Amino acid sequence: MALISDGRFIEDAWRRLADEEALPKSGKFIVSLPRLEHAVEVLGPTATFGVIVPNTTEPSALIAALPRLDLISIAFPAFADGRGFSLARLLRRAQFKGELRASGRLVADQYPHAIGCGFDTIEIPDDLADRQDEEQWRAALNAYSMSYQRGYAGRGSILEARRKAVRS
Amino acid sequence: MTAVDLRVAQRPNAPMTTYRYDEYDAAFVSERVAEFREQVNRRLSGALTEEEFRPFRLMNGLYLQLHAYMLRVAIPYGTLTARQMRRLADIADKWDKGYGHFTTRQNLQYNWPKLVDTPDILESLADVEMHAIQTSGNCIRNVTADHFAGVAPDEIEDPRPTAEFLRQWSSLHSEFSFLPRKFKIAVTGAEHDRAAILVHDIGLRIVKNDEGEIGYQVVVGGGLGRSPFIGKVVGDFVPREDLLAFLEAILRVYNRFGRRDNKYKARVKILVHEKGIDEIRAAVEAEFAAMDRSVFAHDPEEFERIAAFFAPPPYESLPATSALLRAAKLETPAFANFVDVNVGAHKIPGYAIVTVSLKPIGGVPGDATSDQMRVLADASERFGFGELRVSHEQNIILPHVRQDDLFALWSMLDAASLATANAGLVSDIISCPGLDYCSLATARSIPIAQAISKRFSDMSRQRRIGKLGVKISGCINACGHHHVGAIGILGLEKKGQESYQITLGGDPTFSASIGEILGPGVTAEQVPDVVEHLVDYYLAEREEGEAFIDTWRRIGHARFKDVLRREGEDGADI
Repeated sequence: MALISDGRFIEDAWRRLADEEALPKSGKFIVSLPRLEHAVEVLGPTATFGVIVPNTTEPSALIAALPRLDLISIAFPAFADGRGFSLARLLRRAQFKGELRASGRLVADQYPHAIGCGFDTIEIPDDLADRQDEEQWRAALNAYSMSYQRGYAGRGSILEARRKAVRS
Repeated sequence: MTAVDLRVAQRPNAPMTTYRYDEYDAAFVSERVAEFREQVNRRLSGALTEEEFRPFRLMNGLYLQLHAYMLRVAIPYGTLTARQMRRLADIADKWDKGYGHFTTRQNLQYNWPKLVDTPDILESLADVEMHAIQTSGNCIRNVTADHFAGVAPDEIEDPRPTAEFLRQWSSLHSEFSFLPRKFKIAVTGAEHDRAAILVHDIGLRIVKNDEGEIGYQVVVGGGLGRSPFIGKVVGDFVPREDLLAFLEAILRVYNRFGRRDNKYKARVKILVHEKGIDEIRAAVEAEFAAMDRSVFAHDPEEFERIAAFFAPPPYESLPATSALLRAAKLETPAFANFVDVNVGAHKIPGYAIVTVSLKPIGGVPGDATSDQMRVLADASERFGFGELRVSHEQNIILPHVRQDDLFALWSMLDAASLATANAGLVSDIISCPGLDYCSLATARSIPIAQAISKRFSDMSRQRRIGKLGVKISGCINACGHHHVGAIGILGLEKKGQESYQITLGGDPTFSASIGEILGPGVTAEQVPDVVEHLVDYYLAEREEGEAFIDTWRRIGHARFKDVLRREGEDGADI
């Protein structure tokens, strides 16, 4: 797997825990959704852990655990399945401040969409990373200087810029 | 030409009757072109697989069709300037085969572009403030509006500022570009629906409440395709300040809960149908209530900025009727017929709305050659402030013509074979491209339209028949809107043979209804016979002033079914 952050391929500091693996005492690790409740119960307040969830997850299922989570990874079963974008928006609305990760076969061209919806990092399989190198991801990040929507992260809003121009 | 017309026409990009890009719009569209150019390069280098490339080329209007690529250019809310129309003509000559096809969704399609040329075509479009963004793909599509916007006497408010507002909001939306399926929005601001809002994913009707405030009636879940549905009201009166937030709530509910397991059940109409409108309304209202609406805080200044572009052109003050027009009608019967059929009332005294039919007898519905496009551009500058409209009936509208100028305009159109006096009549047929172009089609559409048109080539007979919507689709995806044709024709394939299913009673307006099947399918050759017999039966049965659909509603479907059955007994194998 390759991890993209700020337009660069970086080392992943997180480890995906297999379901049969015991919860580690230290380090950054990611559990599956079915193990989340148990992890929240048994892990101390200093433990650094995250969860990977399907894109059909109801945000309410994560609300109780949100303050304890440092990372939420949303699985994209197919790159053209846009449910993960809405889920990311809802988790940000619920005040999740940790790392939001999109995991799946996302293509570089979707990077601005992911950033706009609140994702920080993208995790893609190696074969995809081989075809779509860092340069393509960085180009996608910089493809647009501004966006028409308001309230989405990343690029500046055209509406805000117009407003500023009128008032200055 | 009058002094006013000259002054307006001579401006470099006359007139100001439509939205003009500012620096942000221009930058956005040119970035989109640059991005697409790279996407094409990456497709060619193999960085993008065809599967990965597909949604991105579709979101730029580029389809892979039966014989070639097809590029679908957006004409937002159907409004074009003369300069833009000329550019469409130039592109047709330079990169296509000298013609274009106007579609039922206020788009223009080029049928023969090469993949490698498309970035240059898009750049050429961007130069005249046009694009092909979101004319295809599982995203919010080109927003359409009433083609008589701003000039219709029955209008509450011009729908185009709203449509432009939505065009911007929906462009490259971070969250809603990978929806379960395509998503079409149409807006009307009039008492009569000319935008078919009840058969769109979202239909917006501008309304005024008892306090005189402007708002929107929001309809969701209409659509044609294989399972046609009439949209249902999800918001009775959504104030303007809440419109974007309300639409965003609908889109979020759809993006999360719309079906993705079966592309034929993925449209929002199926979600509304399966869950019921009450459950959908509750979900939308809950999402709306939970949203941070401060980011959507209504920006009256921005709305006004946009609305100002659609200000009325500098009309002259004229008498309500024109003596010149009256005299010319008496002198030239062909012109009189044109005026009676293709010219409509304008809200300003002394002006008229002219429909230029792209349905010549025996022609391809919606096609225009580059020369015809240039004639239309010239005509709009000489007689109509340089503005043109595209209707969902696949015709071109000149929205502000002085009645005094109608004869000169008609003469100009007639010389370019653009004066067919059949707007709204039986030969003004809506048709999809069908098996001649489309990879989805199961049967031909265009030749059927041509055959019907030829059968009714006697124009006086057409006028006697009156308003009659004939709509033809070459497959169940229903691009030809057959479900809402008073006479609908659906081409299917049965055992390797084309078979045409006839429906009656469809209506795309506020009194919307889906057509009912007449009987077993007929062959391509039989379609004109069947249509003719149905029309003759209607003529025999109609009461004074009654349109086909009204007669059908009054006497019932069964009586018309009998016509077809009797026809079968007469020897035809129907």
